[in-house]
Amino acid sequence: MSRLHDMGGRFGDGPVAPDFGQEPVFKEEWHGRALALTVASGFLRQWNLDEGRHARECLAPMDYTAFSYYEKWLAGLTDILVAKGLVTPEELSTGQAALDVSDVAQHKLTQESVAESLARGGPSERQTDETPKFALGEQVKTIPAGNRSVAGGHTRLPSYAASCSGRIVTVHPPHVFPDANAHGYGEAAETLYTVAFKAGDLWQHPENPTDEVMLDLWQSYLETP
Amino acid sequence: MPHDSHDHPHHLLPSDPALRVKALETLLTQKGLIDPAALDEIIDTYETKIGPQNGALVVAKAWSDPEFKAQLLEHPTETVAGLGFYGRQGEHIQILENSDHHHNMVVCTLCSCYPWPLLGIPPTWYKSDAYRARAVREPRQVLAEFGVKLPSETKVKVWDSTAELRYLVLPQRPSGTEGWSESELAKIVTRDSMIGTGIIGAVS
Repeated sequence: MSRLHDMGGRFGDGPVAPDFGQEPVFKEEWHGRALALTVASGFLRQWNLDEGRHARECLAPMDYTAFSYYEKWLAGLTDILVAKGLVTPEELSTGQAALDVSDVAQHKLTQESVAESLARGGPSERQTDETPKFALGEQVKTIPAGNRSVAGGHTRLPSYAASCSGRIVTVHPPHVFPDANAHGYGEAAETLYTVAFKAGDLWQHPENPTDEVMLDLWQSYLETP
Repeated sequence: MPHDSHDHPHHLLPSDPALRVKALETLLTQKGLIDPAALDEIIDTYETKIGPQNGALVVAKAWSDPEFKAQLLEHPTETVAGLGFYGRQGEHIQILENSDHHHNMVVCTLCSCYPWPLLGIPPTWYKSDAYRARAVREPRQVLAEFGVKLPSETKVKVWDSTAELRYLVLPQRPSGTEGWSESELAKIVTRDSMIGTGIIGAVS
């Protein structure tokens, strides 16, 4: 019920390679181009944040493994541009624009509006009349991992923390629910909680059983134990 | 039940990544969807204007001004916005204060969530499989790879950024910095200390 991006807890990846602040922001010129292209395309308003993430997650496992970080971005962007009907496979093959998308082009991000557009952000907090189901300090259990409605769909409950016991440490206002929003089912905002899990409750061989991992989890991911 | 698409049209682009970006940018520009000058502007923004220097200023101010720190902990998003730090990937800021008892460390195991307005674009290691996979399971070993050794009585709290809350670690102020100005303090605040993979050593 998960995909390769869901890698928390995995074994075999070797050591981390710190840069101690020495690495340039974009190591290659095309890295910056790939990031900027993705950010700018987002402003066309043809997909939301969760759909964009899901497009990257849907890369075939072989691609996900082989691609560097910005190659994943670029592939996810290309796939969603086609899925949303803005670009055709023929245009990608030939490099020649054919399909008219002038109705969408009116939203094009211009140089003058970059600073203001980046500064505006896109909050995911929403006001609803939902009463939180769980209270501060309450013990909860997470559900099994996986999108409830869409097979292979987007979710933000990592596998390593699925079906685990934790404790509510913060009750946040409702936030847009990614599992719905990534699949055209609307924002479906619901209460968000920060949940603390003891390392000893997550791992067979914890480094230190009383260390904790904290996750931000939507109400639908949680049950009364 | 709906199913996601199994089409992967990105394979139609050139195999060399630099050419692939160029091909897509050219096509989208032809189609009127992209302004290349806007891309230049975005790149310049994250190379020169938005980066860890922003977070360092927040930390230095919190170390120097108890009233600011109290506000920062109570209303983090509004307080950093008051310094001009708000926007994309920083809409819901949370501050994690380190102490002798708690060491906080931030990861995004599912992708690469990071507080852009305060720290800029995340470094390669933060986005690497190794960090994403291991930070939650063996944080102390990962910290050791950054040269950080914590006493076993210091509890490690790892924050996996699974929602749109974006975390900034407020590191402990090192000894030897008594009487320093905010701008002097800001210079010693490292990016890694604000992610929680670094600590700032005593100044002699």
